[in-house]
Amino acid sequence: MEHRSCFHCGLDATSSEIIYDNKSFCCNGCKTVYEIFSENDLTCYYDLQEAPGATPKEVAGKYNFLENDKIVEQLLEFNSDDTKIVNLYIPHVHCSSCIWILENLNKLNAAVGSSIVNFGKKTVRITYNPQKITLKELVILLSSIGYEPYISLEDYSVGKKKTDRSLIYKLGVAGFAFGNVMFLSFPEYFEVGEYWLEQYKHLFRWLMFAYSLPVVFYSAQDYFISAYKGLKSKILNIDVPIALGAAVLFIRSSIEIMLDTGSGFFDSLTGLIFFLLVGKFFQQKTYSFLSFERDYKSYFPIGITKITSEGKEASIQVYDIKKGDRLLIRNEELIPVDCILIKGNARIDYSFVTGESKTVAKQSGDKLFAGGKQVEGNIEVDVLKSVEQSYLTQLWSNDVFKKDKASSFTTLTNRISKNFTITILLIALIATGYWLLNDSSKAINVFTAVLIIACPCAIALSAPFTFGNILRILGKKKFYLKNASVIEQLAKINTIIFDKTGTITSNKESSISYDGKTLSDSEETLLKSTLRGSNHPLSRSLYELLNGHDIVTLDDYREHTGKGIEAQYNDEYIKVGSAPFVGHTSDTATLNTTVHVSTNNQYKGKFTFYNAYRKGLSQLFNTLKKDYDLAILSGDNEGEKENLTKLLPSKTKLLFNQKPEDKLEYIEYHQSEGANVLMIGDGLNDAGALAQSNVGIAISENVNVFSPACDAILDASKFNELTNYLKISKSAIKIIKWSFALSFIYNIIGLYFAVTGQLAPVVAAILMPLSSISIVVFTTICTNSIGRKLE
Amino acid sequence: MSVIYILLAISIIVAVGFFIAFILAVKSGQYDDSYTPSVRMLFEDEIIKEESDKSILTKKD
Repeated sequence: MEHRSCFHCGLDATSSEIIYDNKSFCCNGCKTVYEIFSENDLTCYYDLQEAPGATPKEVAGKYNFLENDKIVEQLLEFNSDDTKIVNLYIPHVHCSSCIWILENLNKLNAAVGSSIVNFGKKTVRITYNPQKITLKELVILLSSIGYEPYISLEDYSVGKKKTDRSLIYKLGVAGFAFGNVMFLSFPEYFEVGEYWLEQYKHLFRWLMFAYSLPVVFYSAQDYFISAYKGLKSKILNIDVPIALGAAVLFIRSSIEIMLDTGSGFFDSLTGLIFFLLVGKFFQQKTYSFLSFERDYKSYFPIGITKITSEGKEASIQVYDIKKGDRLLIRNEELIPVDCILIKGNARIDYSFVTGESKTVAKQSGDKLFAGGKQVEGNIEVDVLKSVEQSYLTQLWSNDVFKKDKASSFTTLTNRISKNFTITILLIALIATGYWLLNDSSKAINVFTAVLIIACPCAIALSAPFTFGNILRILGKKKFYLKNASVIEQLAKINTIIFDKTGTITSNKESSISYDGKTLSDSEETLLKSTLRGSNHPLSRSLYELLNGHDIVTLDDYREHTGKGIEAQYNDEYIKVGSAPFVGHTSDTATLNTTVHVSTNNQYKGKFTFYNAYRKGLSQLFNTLKKDYDLAILSGDNEGEKENLTKLLPSKTKLLFNQKPEDKLEYIEYHQSEGANVLMIGDGLNDAGALAQSNVGIAISENVNVFSPACDAILDASKFNELTNYLKISKSAIKIIKWSFALSFIYNIIGLYFAVTGQLAPVVAAILMPLSSISIVVFTTICTNSIGRKLE
Repeated sequence: MSVIYILLAISIIVAVGFFIAFILAVKSGQYDDSYTPSVRMLFEDEIIKEESDKSILTKKD
């Protein structure tokens, strides 16, 4: 059969036989979206990018909470009677077609005024007329074309959040002043004694003074504040010499022009602040589409359906759920609280919580934990605990989530800065003492000149530019770091702890083994045809595995939720599902997921599902074991212990049945023994461990979806590159040390001019940018050469 | 009154003018998203080409 792919979403459409308009589609959902677009002259969508779409999901009832005015109000950015503005996060946004279709929403529905996409953040800001369309209808419209917005508890009342643009303002002010001061100070560099220059130089100098005021008092204020805070807690951080240098520059320059003894150093002052801020801006590389601060709120829905005592359905806010309430959980909805199953068949996907992708079946009367997702029909539950008190959410009341990792860590720059500042102050005092004895008129000039020239601009720039560049290089390699200090922390790691499920195993692949009686050809055909009709994840993966057989049309097919499927073709009868369902009672309790098969009431055998370990796992561990202590903390049972001991180096510690708190405590214990721990995990149950560790890396199969709060997100496909990433962080530290050495040379040259009392403004104005720019060039070349080695 | 004062005044006015333009640009959110506009500006042409018989819907920012 000729291979065809879906015109809308690009998935395999060979066997679907849905053809419309001479184009093949993988399912009716995709076809419907195409119909909507072609009716509205929006097929341009398919011209910009091939197969850009997503299959629309069933959303009936899912957004009923948007009928609740109170909830809607909290989501809106702007709210008036005839215009409302809402900012929605749409995970599917990934190409130019997406931007195009979302910005042409008003062709689909005239009630939409305008829609503006922010591609980086994957959001769309929609202005709509509330008299013609409600938010619920709008969300359903978006879902129907495959762009389902993601609305979570985190969005609640953050619609009015302001973006912080202060750094860009400060940079703008400094750049503006720097440029103008350079113009004005240029004539005096040549010290030409021309008549008109002599006459107007005072005006020029006062203008420079005026330009430097906003730089010192606005752009540089962070450095003064940080230096003050540092001194208050008795730490000589890098901002102390910077603030000292900037203050001395400004005061000395102002006095010089007031007493008419010189032109001042306003050019160097504004230049210094400008370069420092450029460094800060460069380092501030953020991945706006990733979030490193997620807690349970970004997983949880805002509203949920409550069944009132009169048996009616009502949407309520998640925080309003009380103990004893009866809730309705629809298919694909997340359970927000701990509860007891009352009615319906529950099949819960706890992958958010544990990373385990297999679903768990529950019977009525069973306890369900918050964080699970119902994947099969509707259920009714009775609430046991409110949101804050549920098992999962309680983890967030641990102190470890309130601690700021970056602030408790002394960076390399700050450690050097301590010795540097003391040395500079000593040199300044000695030089001043010498000049006091020889030529006391020069003493104060020399003192200030030393502080000015020693202002560690180049040192302060080394780390931001090196780390900023490394962040970009790693980002291209799909390893996304939260900020620059993570690189420094990574370089100091000596213990690596892995979570098992979802971290060293892959959720996408599972290996399946069969043991039992061999199935005949006709039985396999029947089995495959039977599985084809089922949407159960286990059926899907088993279906994919079985070799090509003809598909026959079944005479009878029945699916028993939570048990299995039975089907009949001619005189053959098959049952696929759990052990009791197929009538196999002698099954020894295995710890793995199994699917049993019987034909014509005769037990045939079982398919066992194993989590497949990621490729290169064994090799990765063997390379890592030389330099690091390794351990695996798993929340699962010991079913895989034997396999793992075979696969991994013998000194790897293996711990099973670890609760989230256990993981956290294990790391805490090792840290108290002096270990620097790198934790690699994926589910919400690792959140505590990720927060407690020195560096927490979340592994993600798809970086656009969810990962718990962490310091870095690693794309699962790059898992075996981990050793290289750790090496890069170490090289980065080396580069910084070299550039420190380089900037010390500049400082020594500058100090020569300073202590001999001949620091002219033009020398400072040349030396300062020269040192800064050469440091930037040096670090850029070095980091890029490391990046090239990585390929 | 020397010509230098006039020149200085003009240079400052021009510089401050650009500076204000910069502040307004940041304030209006132009620097918040540096990617999407680069894609968006390529759309309009294609729409005109392909749907010349339809009215072009322009967005009001």
